[in-house]
Amino acid sequence: MALIELEDVARTFTIRAKVGRLRRERREVRAVDGLSFTVQAGECVGYIGPNGAGKSTTIKMLTGILVPSAGRLRVAGVDPARERTRLARRIGVVFGQRTTLWWDLPLRDSYELARRIYRIPDARYRANLDRCVELLELGPLLDTPVRQLSLGQRMRGDLAAALLHDPQVLYLDEPTIGLDVVSKVRVREFLREINTGAGTTVLLTTHDLTDIEQLCGRVMVIDHGRMVYDGGLDGLHATGQSERTLVVDLAGPSAPIEVPGARVVKVDGARQWLAFPAEDSAAPIVAAVAAGYPLLDLSVREPAIEDVIARMYAKVPIG
Amino acid sequence: MGSAARLYLAIARGSFRRYSTYRAATLAGVFTNTVFGFILAYTFLALWRARPGLGGYDTSQAVTYIWISQSLLVTVAVWGGGFQDDVQERFRTGDIAVDLYRPVDFLGWWLAADLGRAAFQLLARSVAPITAGVLAFHARLPHSALTWPVFLLSVLLAVLVSFGLRYLVSLSGFWLHDSDGVRAVMLVVAMFLSGMLLPLGLFPDGLRQAAQVLPWAALVQVPADIFLERSTGSQVLGGLGFQLAWAVVLLALGRAAQLLATRKVVVQGG
Repeated sequence: MALIELEDVARTFTIRAKVGRLRRERREVRAVDGLSFTVQAGECVGYIGPNGAGKSTTIKMLTGILVPSAGRLRVAGVDPARERTRLARRIGVVFGQRTTLWWDLPLRDSYELARRIYRIPDARYRANLDRCVELLELGPLLDTPVRQLSLGQRMRGDLAAALLHDPQVLYLDEPTIGLDVVSKVRVREFLREINTGAGTTVLLTTHDLTDIEQLCGRVMVIDHGRMVYDGGLDGLHATGQSERTLVVDLAGPSAPIEVPGARVVKVDGARQWLAFPAEDSAAPIVAAVAAGYPLLDLSVREPAIEDVIARMYAKVPIG
Repeated sequence: MGSAARLYLAIARGSFRRYSTYRAATLAGVFTNTVFGFILAYTFLALWRARPGLGGYDTSQAVTYIWISQSLLVTVAVWGGGFQDDVQERFRTGDIAVDLYRPVDFLGWWLAADLGRAAFQLLARSVAPITAGVLAFHARLPHSALTWPVFLLSVLLAVLVSFGLRYLVSLSGFWLHDSDGVRAVMLVVAMFLSGMLLPLGLFPDGLRQAAQVLPWAALVQVPADIFLERSTGSQVLGGLGFQLAWAVVLLALGRAAQLLATRKVVVQGG
């Protein structure tokens, strides 16, 4: 069952800029430019792109707080902008840099409020709260005012608040931003449990690709409002023309190594770095180096997904 | 009780508890109100000694007027504030977008929060100044027991009118990005036209009649006259009706402005 459907969705903004002393010029900016994708129930999808790519605009349209300029959009069987309130009962939203919690009051009060807002039946409320408290280890924090919580604790509190009403879809906008390593791990574990255990569909934007590597079976890359990649993580390497690196230690400093199928990208004393296409075998290159140079040691490094994505962003034509 | 009523009650209760956590601020506020009460009460005493019966107030009523206005200042938020500070902060941080996807009416949410705040401040910030006035200046308490509930009703209506005014100022943020400037102007206007500085009856002809029909009169002048039992019988009903009428008008305007603001954000992208 498709939970999120976008068909040729576009969103333009009119920006008025001052030109000269009195004249103002109107300029159209296409934040989202003909976006189409479908997310099935139970999927966990990473939605990534550089700053200004149109990620937040997409999320705003998916929550109904922004209408698309063109195209068709449906979430959980509802047209978001037209039935925002109805949709709100079926989705959960967590913005890493915003909080929906009641700042000066104990965490528990925010949950009581959520229970009223979403009219959660008592039994379900208690069951959901107990589960979140256990998984997110919120027990000792329930009676602490939100302003006294650390960022990681607050984030966990926000996650629970977004899930008490059993949303079908959970949008996460940079859920691990600013968190330390331990908190990140905990948040990811929880999200995995929500997605695979409870079957909640998750759409998450992030700049931390570890989130995606560990959580998402599918990744969508957007740039300049257009989809540049939609598929599995492995497919990214092929599409991104990623390279592996062969690091060799020679007996002493030497001129850059020349072997077929690889090129030297860095030289530091006796150590040299050779790049070659990720899908090629390293064996013939290693053999060629060993045959022509005094080789002491070597290692092969896999491509970092960050580099792959960075290359992908850089490649997209502007305009 | 309906689920909507229970929600708004939960919001009001949370807001009440939230304000009750600012203990030091509350104490400092009570202290300030009381000190200003003393200064103004002595000023009024001097004024009324020179001009007895000024504006139809006897000296005891004039001094009591000061203590009532000091008591209502924060509860009725004559100078602005309350939910306004929260909304302004949410504009600044962009959290206002988060508020829009919640399945709760924006006006209802903030009105409930402001009533919770007013209830707390009525208890914490109104009782002490009135008591000080009674002890130090023999401020005049109502003679009729019935005056108390009518006064409380008038204060509730005053909070509604004040909310209506502040809500419109807050929503101007959707167009002006920051409602600080409008708020500063409103502060001066409200302080003057509510009767906070001087009873409206002391204003010169023309200005007096105008001030008495403008919404700000509902904030301090109307409840004060009820407390002082200067309004009696049909005058009391007239005063309450005046407050109610402005509350209805302002809340309707607020609702309309909210529709426009939401449309602007959702369609134009803010």
